[in-house]
Order: sequence, then C-alpha cells, then structure tokens
Amino acid sequence: MKIKAQVAMVMNLDKCIGCHTCSITCKTAWTNRPGAEYMWFNNVETKPGIGYPKKWEDQDIYKGGWELRKGKLELKSGTKLSKISLGKIFYNPDMPEIKDFYEPWTYDYENLTLTSEVNHSPVARPKSVVTGDPMDLQWGPNWDDDLAGGTEIAPQDPNLKKIEEEIKFNFEQAFMVYLPRICEHCLNPGCVASCPSGAMYKRDEDGIVLVDQEACRGWRYCTTGCPYKKVYFNWKTNKAEKCTFCYPRIESGTPTICSETCVGRLRYLGVLLYDADRVLEAASTEDEKGLYQAHCDLFLDPNDPEVIEQARKDGIPEEWIEGAQKSPVYKLAIEYKLAFPLHPEYRTLPMVWYVPPLSPIMNYFEGKDSINNPDLIFPAIDEMRVPMEYLANLLTAGDVQPVKEALQKMAMMRLYMRAVSSNKEFDEKRLERVGLSAHQMKQMYRLLSIAKYDDRYVIPKSHREQYVDPYHAQGIAGFEMGNNVSYVGSENSSPINNTQMNFSSGCGDGCGCSISPESTNTAPMFAMPTDTTTASSGCGDGCGCSISPESTNTAPMFAMPNSTMAASSGCGDGCGCGDSKPSTKTAPTLKIPNLKEMIKKTGKQIYEENFYGGIWRD
Amino acid sequence: MNTLDQFLWVIFPYICIVIFILGHIFRYRNDRFSWTAKSSEFLEKKQLMIGSILFHLGIIPVILGHFVGLVIPASWMSSLGVNEHLYHIGAVYIGGLFGMITLAGMLILTFRRISIKSVRKLSSASDMIVNGLLLFIIILGVYATFATNAMNPDFDYRSSISVWFRNLFILNPNAAYMVNVPLSFQLHVITGFLIFAFWPFTRLVHVWSVPFNYSRRSYILYRKNERVS
Repeated sequence: MKIKAQVAMVMNLDKCIGCHTCSITCKTAWTNRPGAEYMWFNNVETKPGIGYPKKWEDQDIYKGGWELRKGKLELKSGTKLSKISLGKIFYNPDMPEIKDFYEPWTYDYENLTLTSEVNHSPVARPKSVVTGDPMDLQWGPNWDDDLAGGTEIAPQDPNLKKIEEEIKFNFEQAFMVYLPRICEHCLNPGCVASCPSGAMYKRDEDGIVLVDQEACRGWRYCTTGCPYKKVYFNWKTNKAEKCTFCYPRIESGTPTICSETCVGRLRYLGVLLYDADRVLEAASTEDEKGLYQAHCDLFLDPNDPEVIEQARKDGIPEEWIEGAQKSPVYKLAIEYKLAFPLHPEYRTLPMVWYVPPLSPIMNYFEGKDSINNPDLIFPAIDEMRVPMEYLANLLTAGDVQPVKEALQKMAMMRLYMRAVSSNKEFDEKRLERVGLSAHQMKQMYRLLSIAKYDDRYVIPKSHREQYVDPYHAQGIAGFEMGNNVSYVGSENSSPINNTQMNFSSGCGDGCGCSISPESTNTAPMFAMPTDTTTASSGCGDGCGCSISPESTNTAPMFAMPNSTMAASSGCGDGCGCGDSKPSTKTAPTLKIPNLKEMIKKTGKQIYEENFYGGIWRD
Repeated sequence: MNTLDQFLWVIFPYICIVIFILGHIFRYRNDRFSWTAKSSEFLEKKQLMIGSILFHLGIIPVILGHFVGLVIPASWMSSLGVNEHLYHIGAVYIGGLFGMITLAGMLILTFRRISIKSVRKLSSASDMIVNGLLLFIIILGVYATFATNAMNPDFDYRSSISVWFRNLFILNPNAAYMVNVPLSFQLHVITGFLIFAFWPFTRLVHVWSVPFNYSRRSYILYRKNERVS
C-alpha cells in the first residue's frame, strides 16, 4: 500500500442553476489571453446536448481515455510505440480542430464610433480573432445553452444513444440538466500517459495535473488522450494548457476560483487518501459498470488507525490527514454515496464527482401526502423527468441502481427535514430504507443545504515555500503568461500598463504574474496567503512572481509584456525575481546572459538541472 | 581560388556550424518555452495530413542518404561491397524517389501555408524563412540529382563535395574541392549550411525533441518537489 493524497471536488448538480459564474471567473483568471480565447478551463453544458467541444463524449471520434485490450489497459488512441512509429507524430488523426470548439471572435467596435454620419446606425460586426476576417457565426460557447438539446442537437448526444427506449424531444417530455465541467485531475490521467515529452504530470503532493510549459513540445497527443477534452492547444504559443485547479489558491488553503464564486454554493473541495498501488488494477476492472465501485474502493478511510499510520509513513503531513478526516468530498462520495464520477467508463478515474440532480421530481409527489407516506418517493423517483438511464450513462457507466439510491436518499432527506422543521411526526425507522441514521441525515442536510463555506471547503495548506526553489520551478506548473505573445489590447496601453510590462519582463522567462499587496484589495481573485514568507511561494511553483509594493491599485493581476522579444530577452541567467523594480521613467536594463558561464557548466550539472521527477525533459 | 571561394567554402560553413552549436545551447538555456513542433493542425487538418506525412516520410531517408554520401568515404563503401555502380543506382533512383516525395510534401505545405489564411496569419517570419529555404533546397537537391546528373555524368560528388565536407570537420578545410562543382550543387550546399545557421532559432529545433524516451517510460508521471535547504 502506498498512500497518496489528492484534493478532489464534488459538484451538486441538484443546485446548479446554469449561471456560468464559474466559467466567467475562471476565464478572467486564467484564459483571458491571446491563443487562449477559445479555452474554457471551466464550462457549463446543458444536457442533453453535444457539449464543448462538439460531441466530446463520443470516443469513437476522439479516441480519448483508456480501453482494455486482451485484459490490459491501453490508451484508446494507440500504444506508445504506435505513436512514435506510425507517422502519427507528424499528423494526429484523432485531434480536435478549432472548429470543433469554436472559432473565437471579437466585434468590430471601432465601427460604432468611427463611422461618419449615415442613414442607418452602424453595427459592430463579428470578426475572427484568428484571421481578422468578418465571421458568420455558426457556433460558439454554449450555443445550445438552455435548449434541452432541441430536436437538432439532442439526438447527437452520445448519452442518449445508449438509452434503449426512444425519447421523443417534444415539449412534454423535454428535460434538462446543467453539467459544469473542469479538468478531472484523474488518478489515471490519459493526458499524462499520452504526452511523449513527459511534460504533463500529476503533482505528488496534491494530485493536481499540470503541464510543464518548458518541456511541452507541442506533439498534441494530450488533447486526444483526455476523454473529457479538457487539455487545450494554445494556437499562439503552440503548447498545451489546462485547468490548473487554481493551484496557487489550493496551496494557500483557499478554494478554486470556480468554487469560490459559485452562486449556488454547489461545489465541495476536500482531501481524499487513496492507495496509489492499486490505481492500475482499479482502472483495469473488466466490467465497465464495476469501475465506479473499484474507484470507491481505492479511497481509504481516513479514520482507520492503520491508514493513518501508513499515511504518516508515506509522508502525508499531519495537516492533510486531518483534512482527509473532515473532507466533505469523502462524506459525499463514500459515506453517503451521493456523488459519482463523470463517465467512469473512460477508465481515467476522474476526481471531480457529481451529485445527480433531483429537483424536477419533487412536484410530482410533494402535492400528495408524502410526509405521512414517504414511501411514495420510491415509485416517484422511477418516474423522474430526467430519465434515470440518462444520469446513469453520465455517472455510472449505465448502472442505474447507485444513482437511484442516491436520489432516494436525497428525497428522503428533504422529507425528513421538512418534518423536523415543521414539527410533524416522522417515523425514523423509514430512514433505514435508505441506510442512513437520523444523525447522518441532519449532517447531510447541513452539508448539502446549509452548505457553509467552511464545511464545503476543507483544504489544508501546502507550505511550498519551505521546499520549492522558485527560480528553478519557473514555468513547470502551468502555462506561461506573456512570453512570445503580444497582448492584443496592449498597443494603446496606458503608462501604468507599460510599467507593469517593464517589470514583468525584467522578471524573466517563466514569470507569469505580478502581484502587488495593494492590488489584492481590488482584485480578490488571486488573494495572497498571509503566512508565506517569500514572494514566490504564494504564487506556487510555476510563477516567478514579482511583488511590488509601489505598484498601483489598478495593476492588472497578470501583466502582459508588450513586445515579444523584450519579455524573453529580459531574462538573464542570474535574474532572480526580487531584484526587479518597476520604473516609469527608465527602461528596464536587459541582462545579457553570460555565455561563458553557461558553457562552463558540466554535462552532469546540466543533466541534474533538467532531470525532473525521473524523466529527462527531452 | 579567390577570396570569395575562401569565404564560401571555408569561412561561411564554419560560421554556420558555430552558430548552429552555440545557438542551440543559447536557445535551450534561455527559451525553452518557445521550443515546440509549432503544429498548425489545430487550424487546418486535411492538407496538413498529406503534406506533413509526405514531407517527413521523405526527409528522413533523404537525410540518411546525405549521411551515406557525405560522411562515409567511397572507399569504405566499396569495401562493404557497394561499388560505384550500385551506389549510383541507390543515390539517383532511391534518393531521387524520396527527394520527390519530400518535394511533393513541401509543395503542399507551402501551398497550405500561403493559401489558408489562418495558417498564414499565424506564420512568423522565421516560419516563412524556413519554409522558403527548405523548398529552395529541396528543389535544388532534386534538380541536382536528376538534371545535373544527366547533363554532367562525369561529375562525382563523392570525390569532391564529400571530401571537402569531411575535411571541414577534421579542421583541414580546402576550398579547391568545391570550385569546379556544378552550380546546382554549390547552391544546394550553401543554402544547406545557411539553414543550419537558422536552425536553432526556428521551429526546426523540434527535430531534437523526437520523443524516443516515450516508449520506455511509465505511463503516469508523478513529480515531487524535493526539499531545498
């Protein structure tokens, strides 16, 4: 047994109102950059629907995830050897194109203000961000939002194809579910396995899956290997990018930005302990319907003394063991069995789980005498408007029973709590039918309905400042900001922006963000932890951050260098992050790397510097 | 032999070689972020499939062929049983075939880069230079293999270009070998060296990142930050 810890998420679909706040805050924090316009690390889909990118769930097209070949787990897109020998490296046949997502566009806003006096009011026409050409918009993010699939789109939903009984998309039978999606940070990630450069990795300490931007060589297999299509190809930098699980926030004990800003308070974050030695075995479970149970069996009881002892031996910090014991994710997924993995049949063992939605059913039986006769809910759930088979195809590889039991528990909880709060009689023996005690029901109610901040998010801190060399770690933990990318809006940037650019370029190669203490007031998105001692630790291992006490409140969270060369050439070999000072008057001094010094390094030194986690970067 | 010859066949090749080596060290040390295959498959797929596969399947044997022709002395080849006649057949017919495949691929890729707007818009100056130079070099190479060979059947590059080339690397350069070489070969050699000088600063660096290690490593990678004291 080898115990590892992972920060996992649960989303309660019962409460999702499809407001897209999570998508927007994620977008503004992470993908509001050139080449990333089309990326939504977090998106909310209306189901039934074909999603984003189109038909991502259809693995006959995209060949994502794993499959069993003669009992052995293998990537669906092909073995390692086939990838480097069959010419697939020159052309990846299974890779999605930009049109499968959507071609990003902006509007010709200048036309509104620069047009001379004309008879008809001027319009801002859409134009492509890629080519600059005017566009006839045919598809975009959430094009089918709130359509419940509609007669054109829904029949293409792969989850519906698996349902035997015919579903007619007429008004009376229409149903709809929101599905917010982020990277699943899988235990058996297809993207990591697909990356020939070894640039993608799972962090040992918290399980977050990241792309090393310095090691990514743009071979593009990761976009294919991920069955959830949550690894994106930046068409400007030609490198892969993905959801970072907001690792700088997680490290400092704060929830991801999508969770923090979730209006419905439906996201939960907590630690799960799992047995890393059995991951492969669980992913290789023969029966697809058995994958959910095999996945559950990987998680260890954090209150079991043996598990605690082993966890300590395996180097899990005490804080994290405590976090696992209080984990809302463990409660929802294992204790109450309310949450399920999304598409376990892809065999990646995803770590973002979902509580199935119940809402549409309630009117059915609440009009009847359900408090006095709670057994009514059992037939009612079978007749739920969202077909149980549909939810099961999403969450349990088609096994209806676990989903049904979860919905019964939730319905029973509502009845019980209604009786309690309105002082009605309720025979607590009825709770036995769903296998939970009255105490558990109340706990569950507190977690699901009251959903206090501190109950939803139990995230132990990482204290990376104690062991990460921030200079060495530049770039390895996510995408780069600004390097070789000229920011679209920067031509007309104000002097303040120029200041930001200057000192960000002085900060060197992997530097993403500049954070000023004052600016945390105006931009709470990237709150700095207070207990860290060094500048970079607050930002995590990927960022060489420059913290500037002098910078103004208007400082953007991410400074974008203006010109392509200035940004990268600003980095000298010995260029640390602390020595860069913003200056409005003087141009930044560019350090020219000392060639002699570079060449003086022995082969062994260079080798050791580049030997990350057991793999040579190239 | 004049100064120009000395420059073209001694000084220029050395400049290119030095830039090639130092440029790679510099780029790898300073800018690994832009070190990528720079694929535009995400924007356009169909033409890329034909062009890219043809080009790569052609260029790999072509490079191997150049190695055999330039680096391995003719005497070694004949002691291996490959006589002049056999070598000639291999170089002209097999080399020519792969040269044509490479050329076809390169033409498709060039057409794609120019005609498809999204690909054109995202092409940097360095992409254009690489594209133009490669196309030029390949056309010259194919022309030299077929046309020059037919017009000038007595010319043997293995006793001129190859000897000159090897002498460069044993630091015994001699421009005299190159002076009487047909123009098509001369241009091919010069532009060939030129692209090696451009190499470290362009997308061509992806050649050194061919992931041979991938087949031997485990599928799932964990990375742990070691403590630094």
